[in-house]
Amino acid sequence: MTDTVAQASAVATTPPDTMAWDSGLRRLMMIYLPLGCFVLILLFPFYWMAITSFKPNAELMNFKDHNPFWITSPTLAHIKHLLFDTAYPRWLWTTMLVAIGSTTLSLIASTLAAYAIERLRFRGSPYVGLGIYMAYLVPPSILFIPLATVVVQFGLFDSPLALILVYPTFLVPFCTWLLIGYFKSIPYELEECALVDGATRLQILRRITLPLAVPGLISAGIFSFTLSWNEFIYALAFIQSGANKTVPVAILTELVTGDVYQWGALMAGSLLGSLPVAIFYSLFVDYYVSSLTGAVKE
Amino acid sequence: MSVTTLPPLAPAQRQPGWIVRLFDYKPFLIVMCLTPAIGLLAVFLTYPLGLGIWLAFTDTTIGRKGVFVGFENFQYLLTDPLWWNAVFYSVVYTGIATFGKFALGFWLALLLNNHFPFKSLLRAIILLPWIVPTVLSALAFWWIFDPQFSIISYLLVDVLHWRTTNIDFLGMPWPARFSLIAANIWRGIPFVAISLLAGLQTISPSLYEAAMLDGASAWQRFRYITFPMMMPILAIVMTFSIIFTFTDFQLVYAITRGGPGNSTHLLATLAFQRGIAGGELGEGAAIAVSMIPFLVFATLFSYFGLARRKWQQGESND
Repeated sequence: MTDTVAQASAVATTPPDTMAWDSGLRRLMMIYLPLGCFVLILLFPFYWMAITSFKPNAELMNFKDHNPFWITSPTLAHIKHLLFDTAYPRWLWTTMLVAIGSTTLSLIASTLAAYAIERLRFRGSPYVGLGIYMAYLVPPSILFIPLATVVVQFGLFDSPLALILVYPTFLVPFCTWLLIGYFKSIPYELEECALVDGATRLQILRRITLPLAVPGLISAGIFSFTLSWNEFIYALAFIQSGANKTVPVAILTELVTGDVYQWGALMAGSLLGSLPVAIFYSLFVDYYVSSLTGAVKE
Repeated sequence: MSVTTLPPLAPAQRQPGWIVRLFDYKPFLIVMCLTPAIGLLAVFLTYPLGLGIWLAFTDTTIGRKGVFVGFENFQYLLTDPLWWNAVFYSVVYTGIATFGKFALGFWLALLLNNHFPFKSLLRAIILLPWIVPTVLSALAFWWIFDPQFSIISYLLVDVLHWRTTNIDFLGMPWPARFSLIAANIWRGIPFVAISLLAGLQTISPSLYEAAMLDGASAWQRFRYITFPMMMPILAIVMTFSIIFTFTDFQLVYAITRGGPGNSTHLLATLAFQRGIAGGELGEGAAIAVSMIPFLVFATLFSYFGLARRKWQQGESND
């Protein structure tokens, strides 16, 4: 009895932070509970999306007889409808094509630019770097109207090629900035050795700098891929025909028909459209987080 | 001796072709390396930016080249209640959403900065809302905000019995506005949290140890160490967040398309409605251009407002 009193007084007299913070209950209340709420809220829309895509319409529209948080008789009808009755596979294919095309284009352009700015140092190279970075601050919402007229002038309206050419405007600034950071971390001595051995600049880039910058290239690549997969406003403004649309635009404009929304099909489409990015992301999580945080820290 | 060293030298002494020499000429190489990036940006970013400002001063419509009309478009916008409405909602949307994102995101970052099992897995999961295409998660929110079958209404009415009627999320102006803001905050939290977490991890633990020795409370440690040390990164992340929230398009277009009764139009969606859907390119461009002053102001405010305090801190410490 006296022991517990002594302990209690000891707890009371020590600085409150160290002791109280480590105590289990307080830790539960201060860290795990809020964290749990955050995760629940951040993930709920995806759970809801997933569960809706496998629900039969009867359960979807009847919360009284069926628990809405669970499925009693799951069905693949929505996904089947999506894959066989709509142009969904075509939209997926177009989106993939655009994402891969614009990622490749911006990786090439930004690798060369970052190499020139960081390694071929010339007068004003920091300003060129800053200028490219400033381009990232120009939001697409300001550009899409004049860009639409430019795209029409080039005869690219309604063509996925327009998207492949336009997406680098927001991909190149980001990738260049990311790669400049990576090139900085590669010791310059390696290049000097190669120069002494008689390698040309392009050989140095291909044989020495690029292999060492592979993590940076992967980061820039997956970032670009995700950003172009998610892009919406340009794809909405420049593509007219149903067949050439990308997944986000097509779901919104082709699947939303009439006043009665096909929620099952809409959610199945959203789920299938999110999966490629989510899978891609889960494979490269560490690169992703490091590039996100690296870019902010720069 | 000489026999062994000679063969490797021989290829280097061979006269390289003129193409190889040209590519080794530094100015040429610099131009070659910068051309793709600068070219793409010039043609598809700088030129359209200029063209957009020019279009804003013309009466161009789709299919007809416009003529210069001076400030007519802007004068019209100033008398247009819909434009004022969009300005009002854009400011409200940006203000509340940015505040929410940063308050909750900072909290989440502080939580994630603790040690607990499966931390990296949790960090990966938390970024999901930011990875998934915005329009697709917006559709999920549209379904969550459904007037009849909203899961939130179901929880409030049938499970908790707090209300007797379903909430009409998107049918009335203010509920619709706040529903969109909630969706925007939901989407923005992960980016803010992960960026700020990176900043938190750069703060040296010795600062906290010194403060603890001096008897600083948890709040004091946050107020006088964490917060000032986070200022530079907060300034950058907030600048980005404000720019991309103010010019947001996808969420509003996907969930309400500006309705009900044009009450949830942001400047970007109004520009799209007038410029692309309505064909009035000049007017749409004018609406888009009218975003620029707000953006410049917000950027300067968030960047210099927050960054200057950091310098003051630095000066007083030095």
